[in-house]
Amino acid sequence: MSAPATADFRTRLQDWLPKLVLAPSFAVTLIFVYGFILFTVILSFTGSKMLPKWDFIGFENYVKLFALQHWHIALRNIAIFATLYIVICTAIGLMLAIFLDQKIRGEGMLRPIYLYPMALSFIVTGTAWKWFLDPGIGLERVMHLWGWESFSFTWIKDNDMAIYTIVIAAVWQTSGFVMAMFLAGLRGIDNEVLKAAQIDGASNLQLYRRIVIPLLRPAFLSAFVILSHLAIKSYDLVVALTGGGPGRSTEMPATFMYSYTFTRNQMGIGASSAVIMLMTIAAIMVPYLYAELKEKK
Amino acid sequence: MKIVTKGFASAMALTVGLAGAARAEDVEVLHWWTSGGEAAALNVLKEDLASKGIGWIDMPVAGGGGEAAMTALRARVTAGDPPTAVQMLGFDIQDWAAEGALGNLDAVAAAEGWDAVIPGALQRFSKYDGHWIAAPVNVHSTNWVWINKAALDAAGGKAPETFDELIAVLDAMKANDLTAIAHGGQPWQDATLFDALVLAEGTDFYKQAFIDLDPAALGGDKMAAAFDKLIKLRSYFDSNFSGRDWNLASAMVINGEAGMQFMGDWAKGEFLKAGKVPGTDFICIRFPGTQGAVTFNSDQFAMFNVSGEGKLAAQAAMATAIESPTFQSAFNVVKGSVPARTDVPDTAFDDCGKKGIKDLAEANTNGTLFGSMAHGHAAPASVKNATYDVITAVVNGEYSDGATAAKALADAVAAAQ
Amino acid sequence: MSAVTQDTAVSTGRVTRAFIYLVLILFALFYLLPLYVMGVNSVKPLAEITGGNMMALPQTWTLEPWRSAWSTAQIGVEATGLRPYFLNSILMVVPSVAISTIVGALNGYILTKWRFRGDTWVFGLMLFSCFIPFQIVLIPMAVVLGKLGLAGSVPGLILVHVVYGIGFTTLYFRNYYAAFPTELVRAAQIDGAGFFRIFWRILLPVSGPIAVVSIIWQFTNIWNDFLFGASFGGTSQPMTVALNNLVQSSTGVKEYNVHFAGAILAALPTLFVYVVAGRYFVRGLMAGSVKG
Repeated sequence: MSAPATADFRTRLQDWLPKLVLAPSFAVTLIFVYGFILFTVILSFTGSKMLPKWDFIGFENYVKLFALQHWHIALRNIAIFATLYIVICTAIGLMLAIFLDQKIRGEGMLRPIYLYPMALSFIVTGTAWKWFLDPGIGLERVMHLWGWESFSFTWIKDNDMAIYTIVIAAVWQTSGFVMAMFLAGLRGIDNEVLKAAQIDGASNLQLYRRIVIPLLRPAFLSAFVILSHLAIKSYDLVVALTGGGPGRSTEMPATFMYSYTFTRNQMGIGASSAVIMLMTIAAIMVPYLYAELKEKK
Repeated sequence: MKIVTKGFASAMALTVGLAGAARAEDVEVLHWWTSGGEAAALNVLKEDLASKGIGWIDMPVAGGGGEAAMTALRARVTAGDPPTAVQMLGFDIQDWAAEGALGNLDAVAAAEGWDAVIPGALQRFSKYDGHWIAAPVNVHSTNWVWINKAALDAAGGKAPETFDELIAVLDAMKANDLTAIAHGGQPWQDATLFDALVLAEGTDFYKQAFIDLDPAALGGDKMAAAFDKLIKLRSYFDSNFSGRDWNLASAMVINGEAGMQFMGDWAKGEFLKAGKVPGTDFICIRFPGTQGAVTFNSDQFAMFNVSGEGKLAAQAAMATAIESPTFQSAFNVVKGSVPARTDVPDTAFDDCGKKGIKDLAEANTNGTLFGSMAHGHAAPASVKNATYDVITAVVNGEYSDGATAAKALADAVAAAQ
Repeated sequence: MSAVTQDTAVSTGRVTRAFIYLVLILFALFYLLPLYVMGVNSVKPLAEITGGNMMALPQTWTLEPWRSAWSTAQIGVEATGLRPYFLNSILMVVPSVAISTIVGALNGYILTKWRFRGDTWVFGLMLFSCFIPFQIVLIPMAVVLGKLGLAGSVPGLILVHVVYGIGFTTLYFRNYYAAFPTELVRAAQIDGAGFFRIFWRILLPVSGPIAVVSIIWQFTNIWNDFLFGASFGGTSQPMTVALNNLVQSSTGVKEYNVHFAGAILAALPTLFVYVVAGRYFVRGLMAGSVKG
């Protein structure tokens, strides 16, 4: 083999090597994500009960799904939950980040305190909050023991209010993480810009509203994406905190899907609800990803 | 012990048949008995097998009456790697058998005469298509009432025998500033109470509605009446009932905060552990109007299709050990249930246990032994959960009259079939 | 970057500052409250919990619940406590985190420095895997693991966690490396450095902050996973499954103090990571994933 040919081979290898290294990840994604999504879509058109069975029944599962009152409760709950969760987490996260950014003494102490709930698993979060919110042993009873006899906090036992206790626990768990994202964004802002605006006589409020918050746009987007996917996937917390109760009042699409697939032996209906969930996620994520990736090109 | 040795011998014969098999294989057991008493009772079985050289690979997955365990099982079976034996309830066993996932215990059952000693109502779940597929461990009966004796004495002292007497007692307890009914608001507990109410409307009605799933019975007047009674009983709960674990409800009765609890016989363990004596501190009665009838659930070990003679032998040995009268007695004394075979002596059991064994035998002879809907022994899981939806909605105040609820029940069951 | 220049140039008045401190401290209390409740009740005898005030300090301090949760509590048929499961979790988490981080770093490197036609599409497709609800993959995953002969084993669990982790790790590293000057890579190429050499010598040494983010994220998610552990863990179940067995046991006396001790024990490794590496976490986020 002549020298140029070897060199040629080397460059060609160098050309191919990146793709070769990337290929396994890509293949795995195709199989384990898109293959499995396809599997679920196909499953949703079958009459599968306990284990997958390939007897096709058309759209029957979808018809049944939307006839179930249960599913409508789940949809209503996710709408309430996702809206409040995303808005409150973003608001608290932004506020804490801005406050922490004011040369606060003890920031090093406060930051891990705000962040740590994200480190805990759902069983831990659920166990703790279930206790805390239970009128018989938790907050209400403590208030009574401390002499505030008329204090009443029974949301977790109330059909209409229980969904808000899930919001509280979820906000508790992730708002610190959102704070960290905003804080990182704030620290990335060039101080010269702010100083210039101050010289122009802008008040602090104006400074944040007009300059800082618009500059945080990427952080807002990241927060929105992470929070909305956590909201749609919210399964663990509901199970640990209320088990979907009282009654079925805190059922969510994720718990609905799980129970129909695995405990009610109606896998076909479970799969059809999963497809609806996936479509919702795609409707949120695809425009975001498209905008993000196009911009960078 | 004779039966044990016989089974052991047959198991050994199978094992020896395998060339070079020096020791029997292990059994892998998926279950959700993880709390102290139950797990300790299961350990009896483990040690029994160990004495025969059979190892025990433990796979406990707790939570939600086995829901998490069933998910894990589905993953294992789909992966083609089922465990040896799985703790299972009622229709789940039949559903798995219908999928062709279960093994065959006919040889063991025939050698030990299971057909003669295990009640027919249990065989309905342990056999599929005429073949033995599961080894029943126990029978729980679910239509019990646990009453605090002191609270009852203060409320007139007479144990209620009809629904009206029950209401009278409850009113008196309420007047004495007690929470009359200690209830745990979880779907299966709501349904356990409702089972008893339906059974009280008549054993034939229970069978028509919950076992035959007759739409007319499900949506009819008697069902409406049962729901009306449930709505009535609801008014005796405290405000904090929702989501409460059943054992916390038992604790309320034990401490005298509450008058009574409607719960299966496993509640007895809580009373005994608290040092209470049946008959003096608390009494156990059948739900008023259901005397002479029993709704039951039965924990069984479903035996999966394992391959390899060593594994089969270990599986057979495990089935034999489960049905041995010594294990049946030892386990059920701890668990609060009664043995799954009718020829186990009741000497080791307490008063409530003896009564349970007697009631079971009677109900079995009279044909008034029914699978519990709440515990998956009357209808398949999809129907069971559909009834949960309606019953729980009633308990949480979403229906104001029984007739509407009965109609909703009939619709829900029809949709789930 | 020093702490002083990191802070904003905005200055605030005295009253405002007092208000800010007040709000920050109130929120700190809000975040700490559940931990306090768990901690304080894990060192009380059971009777004090069921009869007393959950906020009160113990009258009798006891470490018995901790000892019980760690080594004697009934998890399965044997009273082993959480100890053996701890090891299972470690065996599963360490390789999963290591592999998914390395793969993510390589992917990020390729997607930013060795761009090819359609690379954005590849990235977009991989990114979507972050958002798939894990419940739906359970059954097909079981089929695949069964076919590979990895069902119910630690390698099987590692595979699952790596597969659903590389979306996130690729995202982190890609955004981080995007800010790294490509000219340096080109220069090294001209000098004759190959694909791996450039990665090893040029990119890896500056990857500290983002590696921390990736490791924290993966470590937390995998350590805390229950669904995959319960379904595919087989006989080497992780800590979360054991903890669930401890707190969810269906009958018998609920030993809340032991439950709380167990819950804190199960959370200690992730808590440790967050507290120790928390400052690098914010720094890493700043350097990487927040960039839009």
